[in-house]
Amino acid sequence: MASNDTTAPERGLIALPQSVARVLVAVGAVATIASTFMSWTYTDEFPGDLTYYGSPAGLQILDLVAGIFTLLFALTLWNVRGLGWLNPSGATQPVVLASCSAFAVSWFSAIAIAVDLKGLVALDPGAYVTAVGSLIALLGALALPKPGDTFKDYVTKPDNIPPAAKIPVWGERLVITGATAAALIIFAYGIGVDPEASETFLGYLLLVVFGIWALMTAGLFDRFATLNSRHKGFATSMAFLAAALFPFVENNEHNSNLGVNILVVATVALGLNIVVGLTGLLDLGYVAFLGVGAYAAALVSGSEFSRFSGVQFPFWAAMLTGMAASLVFGVLIGAPTLRLRGDYLAIVTLGFGEIFRISVNNMDGSSGPNLTNGPNGISMIPDLNIFGFNFGSSHDVGGVTLGRFANYFLLMLIITAIVVVVFNRAADSRIGRSWIAIREDETAATAMGINGFRVKLIAFALGASLAGLAGTVSAHVGYSVNPAPYQFAGSVPPNSAFLLAAVVLGGMGTVNGPILGASLLYLLPEKLGFLREYQLLAFGLALVILMRFRPEGIVANRRRQLEFHDTGQLDIPEQALPDTTVGVTKAGA
Amino acid sequence: MTTTTAPTPVLEASGVTMRFGGLTAVRSVDLTVNSGEIVGLIGPNGAGKTTFFNCLTGLYVPTEGKVSYKGKVLPPKPHLVTSAGIARTFQNIRLFANMTVLENVLVGRHTRTKEGLWSALLRGPGFRKAEAASRERAMELLEFIGLDHKADHLSRNLPYGEQRKLEIARAMASDPGLLLLDEPTAGMNPQETRATEELVFAIRDRGIAVLVIEHDMRFIFNLSDRVACLVQGEKLVEGTSEVVQGDERVIAAYLGTPFEGAPGDEEAAEVEAAEAGAAEAAEAAEAAEASSSTSKEGTAQ
Ligand SMILES: Nc1ncnc2c1ncn2[C@@H]1O[C@H](COP(=O)(O)OP(=O)(O)OP(=O)(O)O)[C@@H](O)[C@H]1O
Ligand SMILES: [Mg+2]
Repeated sequence: MASNDTTAPERGLIALPQSVARVLVAVGAVATIASTFMSWTYTDEFPGDLTYYGSPAGLQILDLVAGIFTLLFALTLWNVRGLGWLNPSGATQPVVLASCSAFAVSWFSAIAIAVDLKGLVALDPGAYVTAVGSLIALLGALALPKPGDTFKDYVTKPDNIPPAAKIPVWGERLVITGATAAALIIFAYGIGVDPEASETFLGYLLLVVFGIWALMTAGLFDRFATLNSRHKGFATSMAFLAAALFPFVENNEHNSNLGVNILVVATVALGLNIVVGLTGLLDLGYVAFLGVGAYAAALVSGSEFSRFSGVQFPFWAAMLTGMAASLVFGVLIGAPTLRLRGDYLAIVTLGFGEIFRISVNNMDGSSGPNLTNGPNGISMIPDLNIFGFNFGSSHDVGGVTLGRFANYFLLMLIITAIVVVVFNRAADSRIGRSWIAIREDETAATAMGINGFRVKLIAFALGASLAGLAGTVSAHVGYSVNPAPYQFAGSVPPNSAFLLAAVVLGGMGTVNGPILGASLLYLLPEKLGFLREYQLLAFGLALVILMRFRPEGIVANRRRQLEFHDTGQLDIPEQALPDTTVGVTKAGA
Repeated sequence: MTTTTAPTPVLEASGVTMRFGGLTAVRSVDLTVNSGEIVGLIGPNGAGKTTFFNCLTGLYVPTEGKVSYKGKVLPPKPHLVTSAGIARTFQNIRLFANMTVLENVLVGRHTRTKEGLWSALLRGPGFRKAEAASRERAMELLEFIGLDHKADHLSRNLPYGEQRKLEIARAMASDPGLLLLDEPTAGMNPQETRATEELVFAIRDRGIAVLVIEHDMRFIFNLSDRVACLVQGEKLVEGTSEVVQGDERVIAAYLGTPFEGAPGDEEAAEVEAAEAGAAEAAEAAEAAEASSSTSKEGTAQ
């Protein structure tokens, strides 16, 4: 830092010479790294088995990553060649946050071991080394020059980040590829964490949160966003390619099943985002459209529990049937209510969601017409068979055996890709602009010539049919459909509240937001067993906290970020403002 | 100003009446706007000017009366009115706050473009061409009002005066034959007001008739070929600037002095209306000053 700016008297929270502070961070980081090669506890009762010397496992791997991460950021302070890109402005914040990640993982591990097992005696020397090492690194980081006077300055991105140096196009693409691969590995690791090892998953979350935060304050996310917008098509293809590699990286049926379910809820959340995020219509019964699609597909699947057990549509026809059924319901619900203002729609959709579930529950032939087989649902839905490719059996692809869920994962990925393309294209068009205009000010929108009812109905119907599309696949993935999951709020996704929370948490109006939101909300209760009973409470808390500190959601729409944080303008090249008389002369001409 | 031999009416409103429960906000107003004309609409606060605009543009369904544009009766649906060729701005700015300046104007193009959901999803050459044409037209309009350098800014971040200009550009994007401006200079400083005056003339020169509500009398009398004065929902006088400016009933209505046959005020009319004496006028002027300072626009104070 001193090299950047020698004039200001710079002091940290802790009064130490700068050279000492830097050395402390580096030494602490090295100690943390070294500790992960030692035993942390003597029994293998703690998840991950941290008893070995020389081979890190579980939380130790996470701590190792955190230690390396901290060391790299510490080295940027010496202007080590080749690392400048990591911390372009030589700021303090990313170093502090990186050492926070190491500190959090180390201390969380040590405390978890002591609490889970019987007190401090359970700790082996390695645990003490990691605790002390990471503390030294954190103290050293806090002795670095203060970024500002308040605590907030430590966690916000500084303004003086220089623009990225020009690199050739292939280099930019390489960066995107590398970053996407890293994201895949991080994500796959998270999904792969043993569900019994809640501790490991919490450590993972700590590392990811602080790590991402550090990268953000270093300005790397902004740079990546610029790169992404310059190579939009390439970046999107890379993201999908990475997702397609997931079943190969994490080649395990349980995790592939998790992956499919995440894709299903993410896709449905993206569809809901058209309705809620773009058009601003509050739909509280959206999950019913997923149900309509799933039931439609189940009915024509050829299952012997289906009312039409003789009928077996090919998948493309089943897909269209599911979409069409959801579309019809969407129009039926939307047509009478979309003429009214917002609140009515929320109430009606809430009612529709429940009516759907209760009707399906009762259409068993005794309390209603026989169509859905009541609470038992339609089970034994046969596996899909597309062009002779049987989704139910394993296939060898490039030396890797892909099981049933991996097959469905890849199918669902295609559907997700379709929905992403639909979302992007619709949003960036005349119709998408009219949706946003309606969200912003319906009266002004109609006065600009937009037929409010018509475009709202299109949004509603499109959202419904996309949910129906996802439903057709989910029916086959889960072997059976039954009324239980299609409720407003419940402890298992998908339910309408879950989907809504995914959209709002992730970031309304964006593509990545709902996908990320749905993944997080699905994965957290899955991996953190103790959270399951308190899921709704945790949702509520997370929403309140997020709305307080980041109301635009995790992934901010450019637009919404500006809305909530008043950073001024979009990221356009600055131009000198012409003088204000231009308007006069132009107009007078 | 432009005196054509046979003026063709663009807007014809006849017998427009708007009642809210017991309140008659607009009472049987007739108004014609001819092509190439700038018509001013004045009246004290609460006279029903904005309500009249809302009746013209279909935001309100008038209780009685009919509105026709170029000879065709307009259905009271805002989007149909706009696609017929009447565009408007709002007294309390109603931009799409979280859209960019350019996107705001693009939304204004809505009725003049056709691309639906399918063409947006398939992105054929037709779609691209239409989108490019819309952008070009929108940029042209932004240049016209002098905001092209801010095309990528969020409209909510524009200063007040520019927001009003942007509303005009957005309205013009629908290629209207008649533009309704509701207090376009409210909240502007004198220079900006001058610029807006030039802007309205330039709009008229593009062949768009303009009907403008304004409280700034110098602005309106400079600008308008004809001025109509609305008082308590009724049209009091209509004529050239000179005629309306000189009409003592108008002055009285603004100053709040009762006069013979004051519209919409039967009880007051029954009371013998006293001639406005010098002392009374001074009193009234004071009252007017007080009421205008409480008026919500705060124009030209
Ligand atoms: N939606 C409504 N419901 C009930 N009353 C209304 C409604 N809209 C307007 N009014 C009433 O109609 C009258 C005319 O209001 P309007 O807004 O048209 O006045 P205006 O001439 O535009 O005044 P200003 O110069 O202050 O803008 C007012 O008394 C107002 O309170
Ligand atoms: Mg008004």
